Amino acid sequence: MGVAAMVGAPIKRREDPRLITGQATYVDDIKLVGMLHMAVLRSPYGHARIKSINTEAARNHPGVVAVYTSEDLKGAVGKVPVIIPLGKMTEGMGIRGPLAEGKVRFYGDPVAVVIADDRYTARDGRDLIEVDYEPLPAAIDVEKAMQPGAPLLYEEFGTNVPFAMHPPTEEIDKVFEQTKADGGIVVKQRIVNQRLAPTSIETRGVVADYNKGSRSLTLWSSSQIPHLLRDYLSAAVGLPQHQVRVIVPEVGGAFGSKLNVYPEELVTAFASMKLGRPVKWIEDRSEALAATIHGRDQIDYIEAAATREGKVTGLKVYGVSDLGAYSQMFTDVIMIGFGYPVSCGAYDIKHLHLSGDIVFTNKAPTDAYRGAGRPEAAYIAERVMDLVAHELGKDPVEVRRINFIKPDQFPYKSAAGAVYDTGDYELTLNKALALVDYQNLRAEQARKRAEGKLMGIGISSYIEICGFGPKGTLPYGLYESARVRVEQSGTVMVYTGSSPHGQGEETSFAQIVAEEFGIPIDSVMVIHGDTDSTPEGRNTYGSRTTAVGGSAVFTAVQRLKEKMKLIASHVLEANVSDVALEDGKFSVAGAPQKSVSFTEVATAANLSNTLAPGIEPGLETTVFWEAEACVFPFGTHICVVEIDKDTGEAEIKRFVAVDDCGRQINPMLVEGQIHGGIAQGIGQAMYEGVIYGEDGQLLTATLTDYAMPLTTELPSFETDSTVTLTTVNPLGVKGIGEAGTIGSTPAVSNAIIDALGVEHLDMPYTSEKLWKVIHQK
Amino acid sequence: MAMKREITVTVNGQQHHSQVEPRMLLVHYLRDVLDLTGTHIGCDTSQCGACTVLLNGDSVKACTVLAVQADGSEVTTIEGLAPEGSLHPIQEGFWEKHGLQCGFCTPGMIMASYQLLKNNPNPTEDEIRKGLEGNICRCTGYQNIVRAVQYAAEQMRTAATAPVGAGE
Repeated sequence: MGVAAMVGAPIKRREDPRLITGQATYVDDIKLVGMLHMAVLRSPYGHARIKSINTEAARNHPGVVAVYTSEDLKGAVGKVPVIIPLGKMTEGMGIRGPLAEGKVRFYGDPVAVVIADDRYTARDGRDLIEVDYEPLPAAIDVEKAMQPGAPLLYEEFGTNVPFAMHPPTEEIDKVFEQTKADGGIVVKQRIVNQRLAPTSIETRGVVADYNKGSRSLTLWSSSQIPHLLRDYLSAAVGLPQHQVRVIVPEVGGAFGSKLNVYPEELVTAFASMKLGRPVKWIEDRSEALAATIHGRDQIDYIEAAATREGKVTGLKVYGVSDLGAYSQMFTDVIMIGFGYPVSCGAYDIKHLHLSGDIVFTNKAPTDAYRGAGRPEAAYIAERVMDLVAHELGKDPVEVRRINFIKPDQFPYKSAAGAVYDTGDYELTLNKALALVDYQNLRAEQARKRAEGKLMGIGISSYIEICGFGPKGTLPYGLYESARVRVEQSGTVMVYTGSSPHGQGEETSFAQIVAEEFGIPIDSVMVIHGDTDSTPEGRNTYGSRTTAVGGSAVFTAVQRLKEKMKLIASHVLEANVSDVALEDGKFSVAGAPQKSVSFTEVATAANLSNTLAPGIEPGLETTVFWEAEACVFPFGTHICVVEIDKDTGEAEIKRFVAVDDCGRQINPMLVEGQIHGGIAQGIGQAMYEGVIYGEDGQLLTATLTDYAMPLTTELPSFETDSTVTLTTVNPLGVKGIGEAGTIGSTPAVSNAIIDALGVEHLDMPYTSEKLWKVIHQK
Repeated sequence: MAMKREITVTVNGQQHHSQVEPRMLLVHYLRDVLDLTGTHIGCDTSQCGACTVLLNGDSVKACTVLAVQADGSEVTTIEGLAPEGSLHPIQEGFWEKHGLQCGFCTPGMIMASYQLLKNNPNPTEDEIRKGLEGNICRCTGYQNIVRAVQYAAEQMRTAATAPVGAGE
């Protein structure tokens, strides 16, 4: 393959050889001399007062080196960081130290840790700790938790609601009244986005290694955020930033769950600093389901007014976000900060009213899970379209068409205040309809219905917001960084501030560099995930890595190209403005016979003896690239289901997805992201749900109970794409990491609801639930 | 702490004599004692299959086998599936067809695919999905894993020689 055709090519991943041969290093594969193992004792109650903790037997157990409770951490370890505390959280509500103090507030709340010679002994020691608990009534149902008289997680605040948003409704009420007066309709629905467990197959894990001589801490963590973790960790344990190094080794999936600084990272660091030995902690699956963040858990009361033609004139959303027991990094802003800005979806809805409450309950903290607020928002917009279509007896396709923002309206400022970059929503809709053969499908559905069969077709023309930034979104800048070095031999090192963990940027970033320099991809190495070698980055989450991190790489390459042209111009005895780089050769336009190769220029720059006066030796540059605006990927997903009336079992017969993420650096990786995203979105719609008993017991504490989709439960997806470039970055790329998850869930939901002929039904669509609806039990 | 037991296990063709606690899981034995960290642990309860290895030629989930149960057995892990420096057709298939993303389930998925293709060299898509039902992947949505196994099946059928390695 010619090097010029790198961007856009489905290049096989350069990550894979180590992964398919068992040669990759995940955090549990790290073994250090003198390494100890940590086990965490967790609360068996949803809500209880800690009356006493007796650690004596554990301390005396052979092989146990230390036992720590919150008492030991006092004054030595700071709080678990929260990026934007809202309302009463600024006074400390919902902010926790690494180990529970006085009370436990969810099943799995860490209470004490045992450090021992090996992992089995650490668990033996853990089992010897005696905690005297006084169980308390738990606040589990989020809507009950908001009511007066509910059990309080933080008594001193007199409420479980740290922050509420209830702006006046006069304006939207007028819109609704006017629409009704004009003969329009109003639809109302309560919709639930149930609590999910992100469940990467690798759980969390950390190794902390403090060197008492150099007073420096190295922490390996299965994390999405090496730099953020380093910055918060250094503050939490009181070490200067330059004495803390975070290394993110291979990460076995994250999906937002590792976009956090967790108690265990702080405690292993503390323990290693105390003991002067490396300490490893690897989460087991039950701990992961109990104490790693959960996602979603949002209830929305939606109300939409529409004309008889189906044009939505106004949308009212009241949301309740279940925070769980404590705030993690973004817990409190998922609904309001990430979801609400796109609650109108792909639709030109002029009047919008958003209100909400965020509520602490005796459950694990919720935070960013693949999509983080946007799946909930897409669910709102896509259910609204179908509710309006249902009420008016119209085809949901037609209702979507009449409401779409049109291509000539971009950049489009939505009623929520978000500025959409580019889009052509009918393009993906039309392509998906053609792919699924919509007219014939509806005819088939009519035939099946006549035979008494339950077939449903669901559509979702989602949008999402990603590529965060821009500046001002968070208290810290959301830039991304790249340091690119051209070596003397002509090979290229790329140090990215992004922290990919399965997405494949070691390949796609190398494609960008290879294409721009006109060199073979094998000459490019991409390094990430080590705070000592990579420039300060904001890391990988929110579908931002290619849009923001890729733009940093691209920009760095352009800068180096300019310098290389200058060096080449002296060799070619030409004006620098006349020098062009093509296929790895610098030459003067119109005189290709005289050229100097990429490698020759690289050698000259690095050896420096032959450089013209005034040119600084070396070929290395660091770029910090910050977006001026976010990007808005979009697409249309269509799901076809059939439900067995006798068993209630739903089967996804077809799933068509046409997505648009702008330019695709590597379409194979894009397709992979879409597949995985759809699978997780279907998982939410069909199978998954974290369940707590009324007393706060976690009922889905193993993978026997928490049902992730299996091979036999998913169809092969039919995917295609369109390409609508963004104007907000030099690559024209948007984001694709979360789009599949955001788009697919409403499509499945709409299909099931269509099959049943009901107005609405909450997820997940288990056989039992569907059977009860069908048989009206 | 219980008395240690002596076991002899042949892993990837190499014999090991070890003293282990009776409670030690095979997966911990492979990872912590023999430093074969290619086999992963995903769930502890035999749902996810990340720990799948071959025990006397059959796939087992090493998180629910005790090391002492493997005494006198032959074990093949991902590290021993193909001779050093080469790839087994299943490994090639996962690479060619983008059958992995984070890679954590992949070694177990490859070992389970080995068992599947041993029993059924020419599986349909449904048979592949059924055969891998005990292995969970959170990244790929399985579609490219199915393609990877189809690719491997094709390669293995057309190859003149039988699949190499694999502890038989």
